[in-house]
Amino acid sequence: MDAVIEARGLTRILPGPVPVTLVREVDFQAQPGELVAISGASGSGKSSLLYLLGLLDRPTEGSIQIEGRPTTTLNDSALAALRLEAVGFVFQFHFLLPEFTVLENITLPMRKRGAFGQKAQTERAMGLLADLGLQGEEAKTPDQLSGGQRQRVAIARALANDPRLILADEPTGSLDSKNGRLVFDIFKRLAESDGRAVITVTHDATLAALCHRQVHMVDGRLIN
Amino acid sequence: MKLIFDIALSHIRARRRQTLVSTAGVMMGVGFSIAIAALLEGSQRDFLTRIVDYLPHVVVKDEYREPPVQPSRLANPLAAVFVRGIRPHDEERGLKDPMAKVRALEEIPGARVAPALRTQIFLRYGGKDVAVAAMGVEPQRERLTSRLELDMTAGSLMALETGANGIIIGVGLARKLGVEMNGILTAVSAAGVSMKMKVVGMYRTGIVTLDESEIYMLLKKAQILAARPNVVSQIRLRLDEPTEAVEVAQAIEARWGYKTESWQEANEGFLSFFTVRNFVMYATVSAILIVASFGIFNIVSTVVFEKTRDIAILKSMGFDPGDIRAVFLVEGLVVGIIGTLLGWGLGWALCQGLAQVRFEIKLVTEVQGFLLYYTWVHYAVAGLVAAVSATLASWLPARKASRVNPVEIIRGAA
Repeated sequence: MDAVIEARGLTRILPGPVPVTLVREVDFQAQPGELVAISGASGSGKSSLLYLLGLLDRPTEGSIQIEGRPTTTLNDSALAALRLEAVGFVFQFHFLLPEFTVLENITLPMRKRGAFGQKAQTERAMGLLADLGLQGEEAKTPDQLSGGQRQRVAIARALANDPRLILADEPTGSLDSKNGRLVFDIFKRLAESDGRAVITVTHDATLAALCHRQVHMVDGRLIN
Repeated sequence: MKLIFDIALSHIRARRRQTLVSTAGVMMGVGFSIAIAALLEGSQRDFLTRIVDYLPHVVVKDEYREPPVQPSRLANPLAAVFVRGIRPHDEERGLKDPMAKVRALEEIPGARVAPALRTQIFLRYGGKDVAVAAMGVEPQRERLTSRLELDMTAGSLMALETGANGIIIGVGLARKLGVEMNGILTAVSAAGVSMKMKVVGMYRTGIVTLDESEIYMLLKKAQILAARPNVVSQIRLRLDEPTEAVEVAQAIEARWGYKTESWQEANEGFLSFFTVRNFVMYATVSAILIVASFGIFNIVSTVVFEKTRDIAILKSMGFDPGDIRAVFLVEGLVVGIIGTLLGWGLGWALCQGLAQVRFEIKLVTEVQGFLLYYTWVHYAVAGLVAAVSATLASWLPARKASRVNPVEIIRGAA
């Protein structure tokens, strides 16, 4: 089976009077069903790597293939379109739109993609909420939810278009250990039973130990 | 697209008060510019209508545009000696063989023609002397070429023919002299002839200068006063189609050489004044609307600044820069369009209000209230300028939003 994501020789240098190298010659790949933890000290470049893998940022050098599709030559709009269907992001903060209800937040990527009908979108969103233990919360606005609930809504949103790749940047950073554990259990299930690749940045060693594979970053280099 | 609208509307709804103020700004701009345009164009059209209604459309005058060339010049165009101080030979002024010309001009389709002798006289009544222009006319023809008969407030045009030495004067002049109907006054001409005249009619055109300084009498009496028998100084034409006056005047001048003025030429000063006035009007109106669009710029910039995180997450989700730009353009346009619609209502209401105001004022013409001109063009222009400035005002912040780099924002938040 093809790797969900495959990166070769990724380097990201921030231009400037003193150029800063965030990521150095990283080779990385993730298979379906794999939950991978990227750990490292702060400033080691783990988030930068994640943004490169998620096509949010462009590498200075190197190439990325997502589900076998090369991405180097794509323009911004094409990258956005690929992100929409193939990548789901979860950040440390939930970043839910405060004016929209939980249900509207989750259907947002589906509406943008326009893949399902309106009724199917709602049904799919309700299914995701049920999967994540959020039945009955769909009509609330984000500020009516607890931190753990919001993060689960953000995961549901990331899953909206059924992407094969889930990228999480310190997803438990603003959660207590119980909720953090819950989020990781969800990630594990997403990888094992749905055949997705889940890559998460974390500095929590206990949680990292739950993953199938751990990689470590030092000064922008990846150490297996 | 509906998604873009939903996001845009959610932003606007979250800043209700600011949106209201910006919308009100556009509304005021559109409303007042419509009212101002109606006022200015109303008075202008009223003035033009009066000119076209009251004044002859074409006047053939007993003058030439260029003074005649000296015979010695014609004989020796390359002469080395130049004689200074030669005055043009004083021909008998007046149109030659006027009645033949009147008949010839009557051949022009849609034209009514009347000859007239215009001469300067003094009217003396009691101790008062007033210089006026006396028009010697033929009442039967005059009634077809001018509105004089319709403007009579007392007496009649035909009374000129029935009574001896009758004159018709404007109400303004009557007030100035203190004379009433059937009053007898003395007319004295520059030629030294004096005659007793009787007021057999009064008129009011509403054009102040006419009402105060033009009087009418029989053509024959004017010729006696001016000591110029069988002469007319002008032939006046009224056309069915006033817009053709310029061409008709040019044709007549080409035929006989006499200076022939269309009403447009005679009122050139006013017409160019109106051009300037319209320019000032449109400049002011545009300025009002541009100021109103600052409100739009303000609200859209504020929202962009406030919603940077949302923009970042939308981009990470897969919205491309064009989508983000569209969201904020829609916000500006919604404010602009709602403001324009309300402004149309306000403009209409202002016009209705202004139309109720009554007052009397004497400017160039006499008016009894604001003269308003209604046309959809004013609404369209105001709406268009508002739409364009709303688009420009939201374009800059929208572009800034589309350039937000999600990585920077998400990193900054963490």
